[in-house]
Amino acid sequence: MNSREITTQISKAADFLNLKKWDYGASFSNDYSVQVDKGEAKQLKASQKQILTIRVWNQSNQVGITTTSDISESGIKKALKQANIASDFGNKNETTEFSPLAKDPIKVKEVKKRNPVGIKKLLTLLRVAEVKLIESHESIKSVPYNGLSESFFERIYANSEGAFRSYSKSQAALYLYARAEEKNKKPRSSGSVKLGYGADDIDIESCIKEASKKTISHLNYSFIKTDKYLICFSPESFLTIINAFSSMFNARSIIDGVSLSNKNSIGEQLSTKALNIYDDGLHEKNISSSPFDGEGTPTKRLCLINRGRIENFIHSESTARIFKTTPTGHAGLGSKVSVSPDWIVVEKSEENFDLKTSLDHSTYEGEFVYIEELNAIHAGVRASQGSFSLPFDGWLYKNGNKISIESATVAGDIKYLLKNIVNIESSQEVTTSGISPHIWVDELSITGDA
Amino acid sequence: MLSSQIKSNEIVFGICNKDLLEEIIFYGIGLGADFVEIFIENTDNSSVLAEEDFITNVSPSFGRGAGIRIFKGEKDGFVSTNDLTKHGLMRSVSQAIEMLVDITDNKIEVFNGLNKHRDYSLSKKKWINEVPSIHEISEKLLVSTRSLKKNNKIITRKGSYSRNLQEIIIASSDGTYVTDIRLHQTVGLNVIASDAQYRSSGSRRFGSSGMPNEFRLWDHEKAANDVFESSMNMLYADYVDAGQMPVVLANKFGGVIFHEACGHLLETTQIERGTTPFENKLNEKIAHESVTAIDEGISEGSFGSLSVDDEGMEPEKSVLIKDGILKKFISDRAGELRTGHKRTGSGRRQNYSFAAASRMRNTYIAKGEHSKEDLINSISEGLYCKSMGGGSVGATGQFNFAVEEGYLIKNGKLTSPVKGATLIGEAKEVMPKISMCGNDLELAPGFCGSISGSVNVTVGQPHIKVDSITVGGR
Repeated sequence: MNSREITTQISKAADFLNLKKWDYGASFSNDYSVQVDKGEAKQLKASQKQILTIRVWNQSNQVGITTTSDISESGIKKALKQANIASDFGNKNETTEFSPLAKDPIKVKEVKKRNPVGIKKLLTLLRVAEVKLIESHESIKSVPYNGLSESFFERIYANSEGAFRSYSKSQAALYLYARAEEKNKKPRSSGSVKLGYGADDIDIESCIKEASKKTISHLNYSFIKTDKYLICFSPESFLTIINAFSSMFNARSIIDGVSLSNKNSIGEQLSTKALNIYDDGLHEKNISSSPFDGEGTPTKRLCLINRGRIENFIHSESTARIFKTTPTGHAGLGSKVSVSPDWIVVEKSEENFDLKTSLDHSTYEGEFVYIEELNAIHAGVRASQGSFSLPFDGWLYKNGNKISIESATVAGDIKYLLKNIVNIESSQEVTTSGISPHIWVDELSITGDA
Repeated sequence: MLSSQIKSNEIVFGICNKDLLEEIIFYGIGLGADFVEIFIENTDNSSVLAEEDFITNVSPSFGRGAGIRIFKGEKDGFVSTNDLTKHGLMRSVSQAIEMLVDITDNKIEVFNGLNKHRDYSLSKKKWINEVPSIHEISEKLLVSTRSLKKNNKIITRKGSYSRNLQEIIIASSDGTYVTDIRLHQTVGLNVIASDAQYRSSGSRRFGSSGMPNEFRLWDHEKAANDVFESSMNMLYADYVDAGQMPVVLANKFGGVIFHEACGHLLETTQIERGTTPFENKLNEKIAHESVTAIDEGISEGSFGSLSVDDEGMEPEKSVLIKDGILKKFISDRAGELRTGHKRTGSGRRQNYSFAAASRMRNTYIAKGEHSKEDLINSISEGLYCKSMGGGSVGATGQFNFAVEEGYLIKNGKLTSPVKGATLIGEAKEVMPKISMCGNDLELAPGFCGSISGSVNVTVGQPHIKVDSITVGGR
């Protein structure tokens, strides 16, 4: 069935069951992936998936939901029936409605949909990449974690009031994590991830170079003394921490009492005035962009922090209604609708006079810790309390030299971190989760083994 | 006509699909596969969320699909699909074989048909009618969240329940033909407490496999008291000072450290990747002699128990470490093929869209002879980790775990609560430092995410003492 046929099928089945109000989200995907091991194919994988999520409103306007992978006529009827049963348990205290923006025109970027290159070519490309990475340095012995994949998918949103949205796209991903070993030293590992609209768009050479450079740079390592340090967050690590605490901007989290913010936090000074943060799902560099959210609301650029102050929250239909504003395009379909950011963009505002611009990660010769990547986010972040304690990969810079840090964690409080930003470098970098410059923070605790 | 005699062009649950499955396997072998495995599932899941004093989410979901795995030599191709027709399954077999065409030789394996059907589902078909209804679940969850409201410092109360019913068919060219029904239920309670600038949280999760009545028997009052007390104890806690120190890890979920830091390194997938330091250490000492560690899938009702694994093998009890000596690796079919370690009934996957891999089931450190007090009394200054949060293990074996509820130990006694602690180390270095094991082994349910998706497991241990470990703090 194509997307229009599914909508017709659901409409017919809903009429048959006397269900007047419904909406659905569906996704269809074909994925192909390969992994290699020392030049040989290890696992080759293909999958075809379909997921349909249907919501129905009963006569008391309570919502029920069902998800199914069976989109046959009988599967759709069963899903509608189950959603109808579930609606008896729908939340009476917080109703959900269709997004008022579900029929608004959407900004569709140029559709960058590629044709599949096929498993054989994926395998050839990955084999070559693995060999090149191993040959790039004598200490690199293997690439234990690797993969090249391409996905082709279609997403749909439609409702009983005639809203209908659909888009399809392709995406490819390459990851290479190398393992290096030297005599009498611990094995070291690092890697790189690259995304593209298709396998041919991925810059494989830069992925190899980056994985090699990062891995080699960790070969000489040392334990670090437990203390407070001046920290430089890489763009990737700063985006990781902002995403981990995005509940500060999330209206759903605020209503649920699990955010550090509250309804009156708009205007609160969170950080230095030099900091701007946007959510920009439609950014041209966002390979994973989607023109609409789970409720059909168009995706848009939204300012979250303006000159250090909270400017906006991200919303679904129901949270926007509670906050007396409009949905922002950040909803995930559910009977309890989730809210999450799309693509964070961090930049230096025009009000940046108090920054210590001498702090530049490529020229600064004083002592600092460079955090390349934060790990174990699910375990080390207490978003509702604002605290974090996270292992990281990085280096200690001292007297113009750098040495990789072995087994250490950085700990602190997000509000303290934001208030103690001492420099925002000018140059932004694109990562897989957003865009950010390097960010410097004073006096964060690091625990090491020394 | 008997249901077992129905010939169908589509997989239908509840009837015998032997002819169709054999036809598909013959097709794959005829195309040059060394081995063909078909895994088919039908799922019927429900989840319910209670927040404060209201049900805010009821989500039923249904799924069905097949995963086809083809081996040629040591290589494998895997295709998953929602199309369970004969045509759809044969197309998937062709696709998987085509992916392996570069390494296809002219050797044709022999398939002698499927063996006698092993049906583990016979006594389980009634489960779907015995599990609690949404109404019953909702009532009990609401009673539970009300029980959490013990003072005005509790600002957020949540109770969640999920039930997964999975019906599976496994058929492969070694003759395996198995059907089973699996039931997993899990329930969790969470609170956030707040007072002025202080905040804390508490959570506990309970789970079972099989046992449709288990949720009805769940002692929600005890669970609510436990979660409440934990959040209150931690509300005004200071941050822990970082450093090297001896720690006592509590029983039950304390076992997550062994699971993550050591258990994963004993899976044959890690040998295949060359990422375990224990690869060539069989029958060598890798841990303190007080440590015996087990992985099994047979404890009745435990969250990681199985009648049969996802490759059709009955799970065994595997003694991984005996008195500090490495005795066994956790292995699946690919692991046996590629590393030589015999299968242990540990081939597991989240669902049909993943190929099975060697995964843990119920994994625990065996009980020792000491009391909890013996362990604490032996420490002059250290940390007691009563409740562990999540953690991770890096590609080279370093682990990091958050301590959800911790207390300082001074002169052999528990003193003030501390927060923000993280345990940092490496299995190879920490295992020899587990010097005392308590006599109070208990298991706790959890979810483990890895190469073949998220699977239900239990972790466990008695109270254990680690002589020295890095504690991250502020």
